[in-house]
Amino acid sequence: MNAESRPALKPVESAIGPVQAMVAVFMRDVRVAFRQRQDLLNPLLFFIMVVTLFPLGVSPEVAFLKQSGAGILWVAALLSVLLSLDHLFRHDFDDGTLEQLILQPQPLFLLILAKTLAHWILTGLPLVLLTPVLGIMVHLDGNSVAILCLTLLIGTPVLSLIGAIGAALTLGLRSAGVLLSLLIIPLYIPVLIFGTGTVAAAAEGAPVAGYLALMGAFLVLALTLAPFAAAAALRISMSNS
Amino acid sequence: MSEPLLQAVNLECERDERLLFQNLSFSVMPGTVTRIEGPNGTGKTTLLRILAGLNDAWSGELLWCGEPRAWHRESFLRNMLYLGHRPGIKPLLTPMENLRALMAGRRTVSDDILSQALAGTGLAGFENVPCRNLSAGQQRRVALARLLIADEPLWLLDEVFTAIDADGVKAIEELLQQRAAEGGAVLVTTHHDLQLPGMKRITLGGGQSYEC
Repeated sequence: MNAESRPALKPVESAIGPVQAMVAVFMRDVRVAFRQRQDLLNPLLFFIMVVTLFPLGVSPEVAFLKQSGAGILWVAALLSVLLSLDHLFRHDFDDGTLEQLILQPQPLFLLILAKTLAHWILTGLPLVLLTPVLGIMVHLDGNSVAILCLTLLIGTPVLSLIGAIGAALTLGLRSAGVLLSLLIIPLYIPVLIFGTGTVAAAAEGAPVAGYLALMGAFLVLALTLAPFAAAAALRISMSNS
Repeated sequence: MSEPLLQAVNLECERDERLLFQNLSFSVMPGTVTRIEGPNGTGKTTLLRILAGLNDAWSGELLWCGEPRAWHRESFLRNMLYLGHRPGIKPLLTPMENLRALMAGRRTVSDDILSQALAGTGLAGFENVPCRNLSAGQQRRVALARLLIADEPLWLLDEVFTAIDADGVKAIEELLQQRAAEGGAVLVTTHHDLQLPGMKRITLGGGQSYEC
């Protein structure tokens, strides 16, 4: 036996760099999602259904829709992101890939950032792309639709990032859905208020730069802080499982 | 004498108001296979998860190469391989994609070597079949293929023999022994009657049941 000397430990530098590891995590999530397309379609269908049912249920009048269309779209987008959040870590947790992710030598918050980015591209971005069609359906004018798309483009990544914290915290729990909503909705409210506020201001012809700057600030704040919080939450959930 | 790779000093863990173990001290030396044994529910998996760094609910000291493990997180993770109860295999991906994704964070391995590793665990011809179409044993074998290409000096293996057939079990036993001969350290929990020459044991439970 060769127990005389310790085998040389591999230096940390020989590990794969964080960027390369992030790309690998991102690609795996995208690949898995495309193998299970109905999961991709769910939030989109929900979004379309809510927006189409609103005029039928409340009032199909142009004046009403013009006024509340942006709000309807924002709320529908928010809820459909919320619906998809439970999947963010759940499957990985169940099949053990999450354990392996945590045990990768790269900083965990970067890997989570990659996962969250994949989540946004697969759920948030399609909602933004669908918004012009639904916006026209609820009689928003061209300018409003453009502003609405812009706010959703800035806002939905914030929803994914904040949601990642909640999803990580509720991971070990059996009925996580309700708790996840309770935890996350209060944090979503400012994004919703400023998102719809921007469109309302644009409709009145008021300048929207200030609103957009604030939304940008939300995004930067979420980008820089949420991955750390989610990483810490994941470790806690993992400890308790 | 060589230095221990991993050292536990006065480890104590409580779970659900129940003391799993206390004053547990041991050293994991290079070139050894250590079996963690004990009846169900005595904390074998918990101990392994604590050692891997997946469970933080413990007190005591864990030393990695003589220094606190927390100081050398990256070095520790870089040099440790953990195979859990849940194998870390995505049912929707093929064995090849799974293995590639699992290795991606650790080191660059060519596809040739990956398919050789899969063939080495008896999965030749299944490289491109989604894992959900494979049997439980075959899925475990995908995870085990990592052991054939692993270069980490410390292996923590939780129930590696689960769902593996007799030939596979023998192959794993040989692999562990060969690994020890090469200077690697292996910690393994199993209910399989593992007998290797020079194997060390950590026995949990010990007939006592701690009540708080």
